[in-house]
Formats: sequence, structure tokens, C-alpha cells
Amino acid sequence: MSDTLVSTGAPAPTDRPTARRRMPALARLRDLVLVPAIVVIAVVGQLVNPVFLQSDNLINILQSMSAIAILVLAETLVLVTGKMDLSLESTFGLAPGVAAWLVVDPAITHGLGVDLLAGAWGVPVTLLVGALVGAFNGLLIVRYGLNGFIVTLGMLIVLRGLLTGISGGSTFFGLPPSMSYLGSASWVGVPVSIWLCLVAFAVAVVVLGFTAGGRALYAIGGNVDAARAAGIRTDRILFLTLVTASVLAALAGLIQAGRLASIPSGQGDGAIFQVFAAAVIGGVSLNGGKGSMVGAFTGVLLLFMIVNVLTLAGVPAQWTNFLNGAVILVALVLSRITGGKAQE
Amino acid sequence: MTDSAARPDDGRTDHGPPVVEAVDITKRYGSTLALDSAGIMIRPGETHALVGRNGAGKSTLVGILTGLQEPDGGRVAFDGHPAPPLADRDAWRRRVACVYQKSTVIPTLSVAENLFLNRHARGRDRLIRWRTVRREAERLLREWSVDADVDQPAGTLTVEERQFVEIARALSFGARFIILDEPTAQLDAGGIGRLFARIRDLQQQGVTFLFISHHLQEIYEICDTVTVFRDARHIRTAAVADVTPAELVAAMTGEEAGAGPSTDRPAPAGDAPELLTVDGLVTAAGAEASFRVRAGEVVGLAGGGGSGKVDVAETIVGLRRPWAGAVRLAGRVLRPGSVRDALDAGIGLVPQDRHRQGLVPMLSVAENITMTVPGKLRRRGFVAPARRDAFAGRSIADLGIKTTGPGQPVSGLSGGNQQKVVMGRALASDPKLLVLITPTAGVDVRSKQNLLAVVDRVSAAGTGVLIVSDELDDLRGCDRVLVMFAGRVVREMSRGWRDADLVAAMEGVQAEHV
Repeated sequence: MSDTLVSTGAPAPTDRPTARRRMPALARLRDLVLVPAIVVIAVVGQLVNPVFLQSDNLINILQSMSAIAILVLAETLVLVTGKMDLSLESTFGLAPGVAAWLVVDPAITHGLGVDLLAGAWGVPVTLLVGALVGAFNGLLIVRYGLNGFIVTLGMLIVLRGLLTGISGGSTFFGLPPSMSYLGSASWVGVPVSIWLCLVAFAVAVVVLGFTAGGRALYAIGGNVDAARAAGIRTDRILFLTLVTASVLAALAGLIQAGRLASIPSGQGDGAIFQVFAAAVIGGVSLNGGKGSMVGAFTGVLLLFMIVNVLTLAGVPAQWTNFLNGAVILVALVLSRITGGKAQE
Repeated sequence: MTDSAARPDDGRTDHGPPVVEAVDITKRYGSTLALDSAGIMIRPGETHALVGRNGAGKSTLVGILTGLQEPDGGRVAFDGHPAPPLADRDAWRRRVACVYQKSTVIPTLSVAENLFLNRHARGRDRLIRWRTVRREAERLLREWSVDADVDQPAGTLTVEERQFVEIARALSFGARFIILDEPTAQLDAGGIGRLFARIRDLQQQGVTFLFISHHLQEIYEICDTVTVFRDARHIRTAAVADVTPAELVAAMTGEEAGAGPSTDRPAPAGDAPELLTVDGLVTAAGAEASFRVRAGEVVGLAGGGGSGKVDVAETIVGLRRPWAGAVRLAGRVLRPGSVRDALDAGIGLVPQDRHRQGLVPMLSVAENITMTVPGKLRRRGFVAPARRDAFAGRSIADLGIKTTGPGQPVSGLSGGNQQKVVMGRALASDPKLLVLITPTAGVDVRSKQNLLAVVDRVSAAGTGVLIVSDELDDLRGCDRVLVMFAGRVVREMSRGWRDADLVAAMEGVQAEHV
């Protein structure tokens, strides 16, 4: 449809439309646009406080972001297909919360919990709750064709309310060892949650880049009709994506619970904004079909590094929210400038 | 050879069974009958045209022939064998493919991936081997001599490249029967020429085409056989050589049609005042133009894609900001880059892409028509629905818009009627100057005549009209045609030009100097 002027030198009707020959292989480097920003923050951090680049602090950053990073991974899967899942932040709290409610002994915890199952059930129940939430989202969005944004917004509120209801608004503690293992144990001096997070991203990179199922996510997000015409079972893949994302959110919630050795009824409250911001800063399109796991990972990393630098600089905690929001806006502006294209 | 039976002819099977044969196909959507015992038969190696006005049932037939829709009655056979079940997409894809007007590539993925979507080359570990995918894509494009970089995102392809890529993809599935659904609608003259050359090449390699178009001259250029549908029925199938354009139009419309729009409109009076003055205009993209339009005059601005004609027009109406120069309407200098000012000064615009710039599809016919003139409908500061509907009702009657009423959403109208709504919107402000950019693109023959008749009517009332198009039919009624090439106005032709001269000028070929 474009009818912009092309300045052809000679009248040559046989001239082929060789508009953009040879896109540079730089396109692949788009995944790494945030690396310069990360380097800059690292340098600034080091100047602010020499502790910054010490391994303890780096592990601290990675550990504090691991739960949210897995949430970002989950959201990225959904965003690539062109959908949204706002309810992930509530699943993040509800899934381990339900597990805790079922296994915790009320005798120890002032009447919280029902002590219905043995402690070993904590992890499977957490993941099962995640899968059920995802399946319900999928049922409404894929099977009945409801609007994903509104459905998951409703789910966000319902699930949050459910957690508040079963916990009576207070915090679960006294978790069985199986539930706190992932968030508290270490392997070779590095917390398990960091290993888990890195492995999850590595697997996601391979799945999205090199498997038929992963490419199908991009195809669906880019043009669902074309994907269907190419024989991709779009509904099924969308459903599975929503389930996977919710299970990952449950897993992330488990890590968070283990790290804090408790589950407050507000676990994950408000996290979805940070998750979206990290994904968008990392180059994931809200319109679907575009974005990479490497980009998403650099997005979360950048956000958490900035927060860490601010903490080291001694910024009072009361200003954290303001600065968090400001950081997101600045990071968006920066990635708009470096990415060069309007974010959709 | 002019068999005008109500069903496709039988016998005459020259070389084997037909590539595809559809018999007695009936399809209804709710209460509307989309196909009524219609059929078509396409022989191997021919290029078969399917024509009909919007709503004749062409798209439904395409849906059924490509296995995307199930007919309520009737049967489809490929090479003499019954069609595969609808669920077996692979089997359908080996037999038939359709290149739609709407893109079926995935814009964010590379060309290579689009070609091998959901059938990537994979290693023993089930992981995709990108190098192999790329190599196979390059080989495929080379085999069918398509010149495109397989690494670029498919969204950056031109319409023409995209169509070639889609054709190559279809062939790679083994299909040797390809449906082209209005392939020329978004191409300029050069692109159409290359597409036709490609069709002829492929035809010699044994590919059969079903070609759907609103442009009858293209059918005479490229097709062997033509089938006409009207009102959900098969009307006629004949060899192209055996039927005249007038007969075709008659078959499509069900009545004897005049030979195109009238060209006997009286020329504007010699002393008509100057209305539009374009002085030394240079667009942001570098196209230059200076010309005048007098009251009651119809001026054509012709040129191929990339000639800058649309650029100039969009700059005049304020959609783009000019680099230099001024535009005056009846003496008033228009603020550069301001559509609002252009509208206030009295310009009515039919933009190039009605889906993107012309209409809000979810809103009603009435709301769309009156969108530019809220002032005329206001009562005590609020839009009065009754007044709006009355206003729209006049437009609907004037332009012959086929709609259930002013409240119907525009998305429910056919292409031709949508374009009439856009025209109604342009006329709503009683403009002094009407700027029409490719006003009849994707519009059926009858609606086209209606739209061009409106031009005659408003110009007779003293409105100036600027028609920006490369359609000869659009330009035929103009008093003068300015031809642009490579950003410059290269020729001016007065009424009575010969088609060949105008086409040559648009292609930048220097005709004999006058």
C-alpha cells in the first residue's frame, strides 16, 4: 500500500523492487541492546560503592531477582503469542499459599492451616494449583474466546482474594523443609534459586529458538490465521502456553516462599507491573510475535541492578517505589532510543 | 463455444480430468445464500478467470475450493478424485493454494521461516537446524526465480515480493493449482507486468491458475477462460476470446451496461475561477508539483507506484508536511501539514486506504459519514442522533449505498459500499475541492460507475475534483491529466488521450514529443 516516492534514476520498468537488500546480521544483536546499559550501571555501581562487583553482592542481585525473573519468563511466553496474563502475580502467591494451607499444622501457627496433607505434598500441590489456574484461564480465553486481558484481570483479583480468605489475611510460616528447599539451599556456594532461574532461561532459549512448538508461539503471535493455515494447532498451543506460564509462576512463588520462609497473603502483590516492564524493556512486544528470552532476561537484570545500586547508595526505603517506577520509565525511554522503534 | 448453461460445461476434456471441479455447491450463512448450486471446472494448464461483483460468491467459492469451508451441498473433486476431508490440511495444501489480497505471511518472522513454517528442517534431536532451513529457502526461491533475501523479516517485503514468496511456498507443498485473489489490487503497473510474466512462466511449467480480479482488461491479457458469478450463482463460462467486455459486464451486472462512465460531461467554462493553486510544492520525500485546478474542473494526477502522486496529494490535504511551496484554496493559504485547516478551507478527501484512513469499521454508516462535520449536527452542544441519521440518509440515497440503514456498522458493508461511505464523508462538508486518492481500488464494476458518476455530478455543480490514480477508467472523465514520474510532473494530457500514451507516460517512456 505504500506509495512513497522512490527516486529511480532511469525509467526502468524491469527494475526489481530491491528495497532493502541484505539486512545486516546485526538484527540478531537486537537481543543484546541492553548489554551496554548493564555495563554502564555496573560501572556506576562500582563507583558508588566498591562492594557492588563483589561476588556476594552479585549473587545477592541474582538471588533477589530469580523469582521475578521466572515470572518474567512465564509472561514472555504468553506475550509472544499475543496474549497477556495478568493473573500470574496472584498465582505466584496463591499456589504456594494453598499448599501451605493444606500442610501447615495449626497447632504451631496460631490456628492457620488445616494440616490435611503430609509436608512432602507441598511442592506437587503448588505446581498442581498453578496448572489448574492456567487451565481455567485457558478454558475461558481459548475455549470460550473471552478477552484475555479482562479474564486475567478478574483472575488476578479472585485469586488474590482466595489467598487472603484461606490465610485470614495473615502470613503462613512453619513451612515444611520440602517447600523451603528451593528458595534457601545452595549448590556449590550458589543458591539453588539462581541455578533454577538460569537453567529455566537456558531451556526457554532452546525451546523458543529451536523447537517447532517454540516457533509456533511466534507464528501465533505474528499472525494467527497464517499460523492456523500452516497447520499449527493454535488453540491447543495457546492453552498449553497459559498452563505452562501458570505452573512457572507457581514455581517462582515457591522460590520466593522458601527464601522468606513464609508466605504473606500479599505475596506477589503488584509484581505484574515490574514483570511487564522488564519484558517490554527487554524488547518483548505487547502485540505478540516479537521478543526473545535473552532480551527478557537482560530486562529483569537491568531493573534489579538499578535497584541494588540505589540501595547501596543509601537511598531511603520510603523512596523505593517512586524510584522503581521512575527507573521503569527511564529504562523504557532508553530502550526506545536504542531500539529505535516505537514500542507497541 | 459460448455455453451459457447454468452449470459448468461437460465434455471437452482435452487433457485428462479437470484440475478441480466443483458441482452444485450450495453454502448458506444464516439466512443469506452465499452460493446457490454454483460450480466451476478448471482444466489443467489454463488460467481461469473468476469475475463477479462484490457479494457474488467468489470468496465463498475460494473458501470451499481451498478446504477452509465446508459446502452445505455439492461436491468438489481434484484431478477426478473426491476432495480430502477438511481436517487433513496437508492433503489440501498438496492440491491447491490461494494467495490472498490479505497477507498470509507472519511479518515478524524471516522469509525463510515463513516458507517452512511448522515443517522446519530438524535434526535427530528434534531441534531446528536453521542453516538447513535457510539453505532450503534459498534453493526454493531460486528454483522459482524469486528474488528476495531469506533472512529479512517477511513484514519488510513489498506486496509484490510477498506474493511471489507465497506462490513459491504454495508450489513447495506440491500444489500445481493456485488461486490468486485480486493479486493486482495493490500493485502498480510495473508490478502487474512482472506478476503476469511470472504467471505465464509458471503456466508453461504446468501450473494452473484461478485468477480473481475486478479489472476486465487484465482478464483479457492473461486468462484463457472466464467464469462469471452473480448473486451466488454460476452465470456463464466461456473462452475469453469469445466474449466481449460489454458482454462480461452485462453478465456480471445482469443488465446491459453502458461502455464505462460517460465522457461527454461539458468542460468547465473558460472563465471559471481558479480554485486550487499548488505553487512550487516540494514534498518531504522530494516530489515536486505546481498546478492549478479551476472550479468545476476535473483534473487527474496519474503515475505509477513510487511516482510521488499520492505523496503530492497527501501533502496538499495536509496529511504530510511539505518541504517547500504553498497550497492555496480559493485564495486562502492552507497551513502546511494541517488536515483540520484543509477541511475548514473546503477540501473533501477520499484517502488511499479506506480501511486504515477512511473508516471506523465498528461505527455505523451514519457516524462515519458525519465524522468530519460534527458542527452541522449539533444542538445545544450535543450531537443530535436524529439530525445525524437524517443527514446520513440523504447521503445514502444520493450515493446509492446498499445498507440496512444509517445504524448499520460499516464493517458489514461490501467493499464498494464502504467506499461510497468514504465518498459520503468527503462530500458531507460540501467541499469546494474533492481530492480522491485511488477511489475505485478494490471496488466492483457497478460501484465504480456510481462513484465516477458522483464526480461528474459534483463537478457540474462547480466543485473542483482532483483524482489521483493509475486506473485508466478513473482518469477517463478528467478534463486534464497530469502524469507524474519519478517525483516530477512529466506530461499534461487533455481529454481524449489514447490509453497507450498515458500508460507510456506513467511508465516514463518518452512518447513522441508534441
